[in-house]
Amino acid sequence: MSLQLTTYIIVGLSFLLYLVIAVWARAKTTNDYYVAGGNVGPITNGMATAAGWMSAASFISMAGMIANMGYGGAVYLMGWTGGYVLLAMLLAPYLRKFGKFTVPHFFRDRYYSKTAALIAILCLLTASLTYIIGQMTGVGIAFSRFVGVSSEVGIYLGMAIVFAYAVFGGQKGITYTQVAQFIVMTIAFLIPAIFISFQLTGNPIPHLGLGSQLKGTDVALLERLNKVVTDLGFREYTTATAGSTLNMVLFTLSLMIGTAGLPHVIMRFFTVSSVKAARISAGWTLLFIAILYTTAPAVGAMAKYNLHRTVTPGTETNISIFEPNAHLEGAKRPDWMKRWEKTGLLTWDDKNKDGRIQYYNEKSEDAVFLNNAEGAGWKGNELAVNADIIVLANPEIAMLPGWVIALVAAGGLAAALSTAAGLLIAISSSISHDLVKGMLYPNLSDKKELFIGKITMAVSIVIAGWLGLHPPGFAAQTVALAFGIAASSLFPALMMGIFNKKMNKQGAIAGMLFGLGVTLFYVFAHKGIFFIQGTSFTHLFGGDNFFFGIVPEAIGAFGALVNFVVAAIVVRFTPAPPELIQALVEGVRLPRGTTKLRGH
Amino acid sequence: MKKDDLAYWRATLRLLGIMLAIWLFVSIGLSIVLAPLLNGIKMGGYPLGFWFAQQGSIFTFIALIFIYAYLIGKIDHKFDVHEE
Repeated sequence: MSLQLTTYIIVGLSFLLYLVIAVWARAKTTNDYYVAGGNVGPITNGMATAAGWMSAASFISMAGMIANMGYGGAVYLMGWTGGYVLLAMLLAPYLRKFGKFTVPHFFRDRYYSKTAALIAILCLLTASLTYIIGQMTGVGIAFSRFVGVSSEVGIYLGMAIVFAYAVFGGQKGITYTQVAQFIVMTIAFLIPAIFISFQLTGNPIPHLGLGSQLKGTDVALLERLNKVVTDLGFREYTTATAGSTLNMVLFTLSLMIGTAGLPHVIMRFFTVSSVKAARISAGWTLLFIAILYTTAPAVGAMAKYNLHRTVTPGTETNISIFEPNAHLEGAKRPDWMKRWEKTGLLTWDDKNKDGRIQYYNEKSEDAVFLNNAEGAGWKGNELAVNADIIVLANPEIAMLPGWVIALVAAGGLAAALSTAAGLLIAISSSISHDLVKGMLYPNLSDKKELFIGKITMAVSIVIAGWLGLHPPGFAAQTVALAFGIAASSLFPALMMGIFNKKMNKQGAIAGMLFGLGVTLFYVFAHKGIFFIQGTSFTHLFGGDNFFFGIVPEAIGAFGALVNFVVAAIVVRFTPAPPELIQALVEGVRLPRGTTKLRGH
Repeated sequence: MKKDDLAYWRATLRLLGIMLAIWLFVSIGLSIVLAPLLNGIKMGGYPLGFWFAQQGSIFTFIALIFIYAYLIGKIDHKFDVHEE
């Protein structure tokens, strides 16, 4: 059976599964639509939340990013997992006790202010829409790479599938399809990882394999990898940092705090039946996320090692790296390389026309190395490797059968679709529940609100699809914005809402606006005002990363600090919240009395 | 806040303080600031700082959440504010 046919079958079967679930999980009330009936079990919820969290980027790009960054990749590994500790302990149980359907609703009630709710809605929409662009383009790319249709057709297909379970099932349909998608993507990620670990180290468990010796030798894999990359002018794999220590600290904190402030993640804890279930569900969520996240470092390092030893076989011998025959002859390169060159993810440019592939770090800071490279006749790095290839080509490099490759395709699609769905319910519910019902028509009946919910979901899918088909040029840059907004504006206001009953609406609003302002200022300085090309202005402040050398993705944590400080100052000069609100906060802190059916 | 409820909240805050201190110590402390130092110690083929950053920190986060859920459950019962 051809690979193409196998791929159609496996991807098709996964889609059929999602459709079957869609029919079974139709929503009949707003309770179903917004919070999946309100009694999803913690383990089920854990799998669904994990799938909603692990996007196309986590599945396809992260292992490749780690391969490129080495030790410094930890900012993403910790940044995208550590936030669940904050969620579990500081937000989820209390927001569940609060018992409403959406995050902006908490803002409206706790801060007794439509302004606060509106700011929350705007933050939510900005963060979620920028995030979803990446998922839709990811769906298009996954389809075009594996299923052989154009990305446009792929996006339409993706929209159709999501439409089926999200419009008719709402959060209920989404939750149960996410469970299925979690299982697909986890199996799809683990199988190649187990094989590659076994082939390289004799240990099928990737987490142990990464710390083992290479099969047939008594050299540790990481030690050999360090030697290989430093021989080629790259930084040592196990110590390569992501910028300065301060940058790594703030970057990690920004991602962790941002995670805990993202509305589409927080609202996943409204679907469980109790405060106790909310806490446990966060634990299960992280456990399920960790299966993929702790395997990715092994996939990254092992695939990197495989690539290097294929292209530069001399690193496994005693001959000098500067000898011509330390490098693979281009004509003898393996089939998988030739196949992936067709996609443009891998390119070989024989700059010195010697028929061999010199893959090295031409931007090395080791002057002696560069000198030797020049002396050996190298004229620049000849191999351009897109980070995504690490996961996508892994099964082929490990010579796994076609069905594994097809499974990776299904897994990538599962990751993109599940995250897109989670974002869509956040977007559409903020419009139907917070804007339409909350601000415009407070007396809307449940049946009417359900109907409006379905309409806004359909419209949101169309908008998301349109954005995927016409991504703004700045699309890739905006995910930093989503985390920055969540960290600097939403998380502090939510945390203070629960832990400081004297925090009033003026403090909260001022804090949110200042935190947001600082973050947007720094991001726009680097990426352009509203991401318009050519309007970046870091030169006015001494160049890029002018704030203590930190990158714009790391400013969220500082924005959060500004939020807390400004709020603390403003609250001193403005009236305390009404007694009723303070009583509300006290009630939210006690688990007893959590309602089953709620929302209004 | 009723007196017992205040005591409950204080116990909660104490637990959170400890859990978050560990969280911060393992993620920022061991995995970033102290990583170069820890790399001198090898755990099999893993330099220890690298291991904490890419594996150990995540395992710790999971353990922290489950331990927190268990301990705060006990606090809930002690102050009789647990859900029925």
